[in-house]
Amino acid sequence: MPADSAIAVSNVSHRYGERIAVDDLSLEIKAGEIFVFLGPNGSGKTTLFRVLSTLIPLQAGEVSILGHSMSTETTAIRSKLGVVFQAPSLDAQLSVAENLHHQGRLYGMSRQELAERKKQMLTALGVAERANDRVDTLSGGMRRRVELAKGMLHRPRLLLLDEPSTGLDPGARADLWKYLQQVREKDGVTIVLTTHLLEEAERADRIAIMHQGKLAALDTPVALQASVGGDSINIRTEQPRQLAEAIHAKFDCEATVLDGTVRLEQPDGHQWISRLVEAFPDKIQTVTLGKPTLEDVFIDRTGHRYLSEE
Amino acid sequence: MANSLAASVPAGPVVATLAQRELVRFFRQRNRVIGALVQPIMFWLLFSAGLRGNDLGHAFFFPGTLAMILLFTAIFATISIIEDRREGFLQSVLVAPAPRWAMVLGKILGGASIAMLQALLFLALGWLTLGITSSILAVLMAIGLMAVMAIALTSLGFLIAWRMNSTQGFHAIMSVFLLPMWLLSGSLFPDDAGSWLTVLSRFNPLTYGVAGLRHYLQFKDSIVATDALPSLPICWLVTFGFAAVMLVLSWKIAETRTTGDLL
Repeated sequence: MPADSAIAVSNVSHRYGERIAVDDLSLEIKAGEIFVFLGPNGSGKTTLFRVLSTLIPLQAGEVSILGHSMSTETTAIRSKLGVVFQAPSLDAQLSVAENLHHQGRLYGMSRQELAERKKQMLTALGVAERANDRVDTLSGGMRRRVELAKGMLHRPRLLLLDEPSTGLDPGARADLWKYLQQVREKDGVTIVLTTHLLEEAERADRIAIMHQGKLAALDTPVALQASVGGDSINIRTEQPRQLAEAIHAKFDCEATVLDGTVRLEQPDGHQWISRLVEAFPDKIQTVTLGKPTLEDVFIDRTGHRYLSEE
Repeated sequence: MANSLAASVPAGPVVATLAQRELVRFFRQRNRVIGALVQPIMFWLLFSAGLRGNDLGHAFFFPGTLAMILLFTAIFATISIIEDRREGFLQSVLVAPAPRWAMVLGKILGGASIAMLQALLFLALGWLTLGITSSILAVLMAIGLMAVMAIALTSLGFLIAWRMNSTQGFHAIMSVFLLPMWLLSGSLFPDDAGSWLTVLSRFNPLTYGVAGLRHYLQFKDSIVATDALPSLPICWLVTFGFAAVMLVLSWKIAETRTTGDLL
């Protein structure tokens, strides 16, 4: 494993009984990277997250995190890993400060170090004035911040977050990303997160698109978008299949049907619009032209529309 | 799971912090505190009054009520492991670098402390109302035995609760297993050499705790015969063995990961 690698996953599979959730997956995440696992629910990203967080055992394959093998050095990995789960992990009956205190003790922090670090984290995340309030009096957004403070408390080298934006309003989401970018810049923390939100994934350095337990694509957002051939043209019509065939016959280009919409990927999409509308004036209800998005990448690589799998 | 010991965090603070959390949570739930105090006093008065026909006084039911307090409080305290799992707190404990046995011990000692607090309050009440005539040493020994019983019973609760994902399931276990365990401990029915109840009770580890308490705790105006009971060394041995076995089993079960970890 190269020295600048934070996570190396090779041939990892995970099954729940008969169902395979992660299927022979291999990839590498560089140190200092902001890396996103993008996929709809059921794509296997949360299972992979649980394996990487050491919550569930590694069934098959090899994982190395920050130079430690997951099968022999679990404890070493755990002490360098900060984990923020999707489900809340705070004790609602305890105060914010008490929650952080227990967390710090579980990670072997001394009382003095803990007192300093607690103050620092709560200030950094803007929850210092709520430190002595019970968690069950906090709003959802506030709780997410405390979760993040809890995960970062022991200065992990690698922060794992499972769907961190769930339940956050756009402002809070922007704050979260600002904080993540800041710890990456300042402390060189590698950040790995899962999301099902396409617009969130675009903020990452690199994206792994997951589909049915496999890696559908892995690259920078720009490269992924560029990999889709040109612009995407979507046509709504009464009889999509017939129109797709007609387009194919007339222009000798590929037209696919997805969820009742005819779809073309072509460079110079704007020229195609007039060509298509002139050729089939009475068949086209609406036609839209777009630059390729991550959704187009997902469709291109998997043959499925992204949201239909939700 | 093979772990490099060097990287593991010191166990002491882990045990202390988790035990402390149990106590703080307990005192923050006022109805839990009140219920835990009122119920045994009520049972004690009701059993003593209702079974007066058997010529057994308040003194007879006192050690059994102590055992009940320990049993129910200890075991209810460990139900919180189901809540920890459901509410998500447990997942962050499970990915921490602390040794698993320290986590288990913290949880168990926390629950056992809650049970002990209540049992000590009840003991003080007995002292005030019945007048305990035992020597100070005997009372201290009784407290020591209660502590071992509390650890054994909390571990038993942990063992049952670990694989459960609902508190409803726990209540079923409670009525078919824990309540009979108490009924068959010599707490409620006096020893009778010819009775199958007594024979059966000898297979119940809790019997030895109750018998030990009967040996140690003597009351004014009421002499409870202890001749037929298991001897004190046997009581200690069985109670210690019970605690040790339950602790080790709890530790072992907590090293296995259940699908309930996945929320």
